[in-house]
Amino acid sequence: MASSETREKGSEDLAGLEAGLDALETPATTPERPPVGRILVSKVLPPVVAIVLVLAIWQGAYWADVKRDDALPSPLDVGDEFAEMWRQGTLFEYIWTSVSRGVLGFVIAVAVGTPLGLIVARVKVVRAAIGPVLTGLQSLPSIAWVPAAIIWFGLTNSTIYAVVLLGAVPSIANGIVSGVDQIPPLYLRAGRMLGASGLTSVRHVLLPAALPGYLAGLKQGWAFSWRSLMAAELIVQSPSLGTGLGQLMDGYRAMQNMSGVLATIILILVVGVAIDLLFFSPLERRVLRGRGLLARTT
Amino acid sequence: MATALHKPKGQGGEGGDDAPVAVHLDHVSKSFGRPGKQQLVLDDITLDVAPGEFVTLLGASGCGKSTLLNLTAGLDAASAGTITVPGGRPALMFQDHALFPWLTAGKNIELALRLRGVPQGERRAEAERLLTLVRLSGAHGKRVHELSGGMRQRVALARALAQDSQLLLMDEPFAALDAITRDVLHEELTRIWRETGVSILFVTHNVREAVRLAQRVVLLSSRPGRVVHEWRVDIEQPRRIEDTAVSALSVEITERLREEIRRHGQQ
Repeated sequence: MASSETREKGSEDLAGLEAGLDALETPATTPERPPVGRILVSKVLPPVVAIVLVLAIWQGAYWADVKRDDALPSPLDVGDEFAEMWRQGTLFEYIWTSVSRGVLGFVIAVAVGTPLGLIVARVKVVRAAIGPVLTGLQSLPSIAWVPAAIIWFGLTNSTIYAVVLLGAVPSIANGIVSGVDQIPPLYLRAGRMLGASGLTSVRHVLLPAALPGYLAGLKQGWAFSWRSLMAAELIVQSPSLGTGLGQLMDGYRAMQNMSGVLATIILILVVGVAIDLLFFSPLERRVLRGRGLLARTT
Repeated sequence: MATALHKPKGQGGEGGDDAPVAVHLDHVSKSFGRPGKQQLVLDDITLDVAPGEFVTLLGASGCGKSTLLNLTAGLDAASAGTITVPGGRPALMFQDHALFPWLTAGKNIELALRLRGVPQGERRAEAERLLTLVRLSGAHGKRVHELSGGMRQRVALARALAQDSQLLLMDEPFAALDAITRDVLHEELTRIWRETGVSILFVTHNVREAVRLAQRVVLLSSRPGRVVHEWRVDIEQPRRIEDTAVSALSVEITERLREEIRRHGQQ
């Protein structure tokens, strides 16, 4: 039969047909990295312009004598203050004291907040009991914990870490809760059909599926750690404690040195932004891009 | 008794009859809702799929096709009756590919192998073999989002086959694909079914698709789902969806399906 012969040939050709379809339906070329010049213009130039504008307005306000010079120093005075710190060689010591406290506090907060968040997300009773409290704690300014922490632990590092933890743990736990809530139920069913249950399911399906939301929570957790740390350092002062940025700033305030206060504010800002830009943002972009959730910006 | 019995392999299929079965549904009913306000979704379904058989379940919306698959898969429990799957836990393929986006195509298959207990050293080669079976031998390192819809469903099929189950449940797996791709995948599925000898229970609302693929088409009524009629499809494989014999039987089944749907308007 003629038609049956065509069919045999057709079935042999199926592989070719399929390869053709696959080729047609997959993008011919993957988008390339934009040239360095374009990245400079589109990504680097705008923030530089914004910073220059802020400096210009500041300088303008200084010239216009909005405040006395000792209350509103010029950008150059603040620059001199940086140079002074640099000459004394204490700049990195201050930054390191604060950053090491912040990072250690953050790591402990992750170790506490992650299992806590997982339990809240998966156990209904626990969620009903402490879910709302956890959300409420997020809106409580961490500085409110400082007096209590001082009464408990005195003027020690423990007080500083207690405040950092109370600030960061709720946001990390809430991050993983919302990460778990956003998992499409289909993944969990597919995991069950493949034979994943209990801890295997948590490890191979639940955790990786919740990762984007969890990373967002970690990012916010870092911001809360850093903020809480500065609040704690401003108030908790003792010669036995190392000098962090918060203590440095309070020292400048005591000396009525506005340039120093402004220089420290800038340092706190730069460190917070730098850790986000150098660590959390690349990590988040990598995860999202791997899942096709982020198109390469051109 | 309201349980799905997933017996380990080798214990044979004593599903009430003497003949071996891939799945045996015995007077299965399912209702949802609180006692007193219950809605019957599946009513007294009795159905066998023989080892190596390809059966399509056909029905309009509300016939409980997907519910029936969920019960058979063990994702939900029947309200009455028993479901016996002698070959162990069946594999299930969804309308959405349900591949994990944090893994590559190959790693998705390797995860299924790992959960099945395949030793680490053998997973990579076995995943490659399955990808070759669905004609995607170069796709091991591809991310899910880099694949087209048809390729994703083929990886999903390879992942389902990685479970090495005797029974493959398919829940409208080609419904979201374009007609050309669907046509090619019908041909692929037929080829893979014949090569592997797996039993398939395939749910669809597409009459031609049902006739094109199956050895037996089972028509379900809607609200509640009952077995209305079944047709043996004796058309020689390989078939095409545009074959006259496929069309003729599709017309007959469609008439019956419309009759069923009309009944709902008269009530």
